Amino acid sequence: MDRLKVATVWLGGCAGCHMSFLDLDEFLLELADQIELVYSPVVDMKEYPENVDVCLIEGAVCNEDNLELARKIRARTKVLVAFGDCAVTANVPAIRNQLGLDNAESVLQHAYIEHARHNPGIPKAPGIVPELLARVMPVHEAVEVDYFLPGCPPPASRIKTLMLQVLAGETPKLEGADLKFG
Amino acid sequence: MAAKTLTIDGKEISAEEGATILQAAEEHGITMPTLCHLDGVYDVGACRLCLVEVAGTPKLLPACTTRVTEGMDVKTDTERLRKYRRMTLELLFAERNHVCAVCVANGHCELQSLAYSQGMDHVRYEYRFPHWEVDNTHPLFGMDPHRCILCTRCVRACWHIEGAGTLNVSGRSAGSHIITDLNQPWGLADSCTRCGKCVMSCPTGALYYKGSTVSEMERDRSKLEFIVTAREKKQWIA
Repeated sequence: MDRLKVATVWLGGCAGCHMSFLDLDEFLLELADQIELVYSPVVDMKEYPENVDVCLIEGAVCNEDNLELARKIRARTKVLVAFGDCAVTANVPAIRNQLGLDNAESVLQHAYIEHARHNPGIPKAPGIVPELLARVMPVHEAVEVDYFLPGCPPPASRIKTLMLQVLAGETPKLEGADLKFG
Repeated sequence: MAAKTLTIDGKEISAEEGATILQAAEEHGITMPTLCHLDGVYDVGACRLCLVEVAGTPKLLPACTTRVTEGMDVKTDTERLRKYRRMTLELLFAERNHVCAVCVANGHCELQSLAYSQGMDHVRYEYRFPHWEVDNTHPLFGMDPHRCILCTRCVRACWHIEGAGTLNVSGRSAGSHIITDLNQPWGLADSCTRCGKCVMSCPTGALYYKGSTVSEMERDRSKLEFIVTAREKKQWIA
């Protein structure tokens, strides 16, 4: 049987979920024998490939690039897992939503002008910094998500539980404290 | 007082007349999720998590405010109830800004633990992301309305355990919020005795001891129990 094609993606998040993934330690070796990692921040692959079996998405959908990639992932992936609280709830990146629908302007003003030590100015060159969305969304608000893996970050043991279920061809099901946010 | 005989989850029990379904269930070791219930203050049926099915009525009834009747047949854990409980929890999360990862009560929060114990893996409703002002004017305590679920446990503890009447509910519907005195900053609320019972009673991180940071907000709920037991049973049991 072909090895399972797995991808991990990093949208608007802090990479803590990927750090937790690396905390799988020796299980990573076991995993490496059973899956093919086709796209990930830890793999040098520029374009999200076709026919991916499982994709773990870390991070909220914060900007236009995130949204475009989320849609591409959905179209090219069988099973999509929201990986960590930012993907599941929008979490910390969504705190700017509390500032109302013009929050993108005010957070950019704050970060690039008020806090700039040198060359204050909001980057506007096309294709360099993606436009912020008016409202940060959890992944399932942008595209259909199949399974949810909450936690900030999800502990390695929780990621392992889900990955083992996926590898065994079972429907992933987390229960009790394995569903704890935060 | 006369006793009533009833069935809860197929178990025949008797309860005192006037007892609520929740009291009767707890006396017989039958548990159900609760959130706005707090031992020692009266129940208001605000959170709807203890909804139960009672044979003969199509409505779901809150166990904390429904009195037992003779021959009552109660179910506390059915597919329908699980569905509504999860829906209620998701609505609570969608209504305000519950960011567990950066909350003082992370790991010590009744809303958080209820969510995972009821199998809530995500919120299906669109988050509202309202904006509220945090009140840090009090010398000892802070209030963050983003984390408030309007259970009113703090209001009831303030009025009926402490007897100060500082905390109140203002506004209606999504605009409801907890106020201090006549909607003044908490630090200027003269009636506040600084007893901290509101903080002890809060199920989330909405009320906190100043200076506590992420995950540090632990409460000593037994102090409330101590006072209530002393008042009701005249027993000073520490």
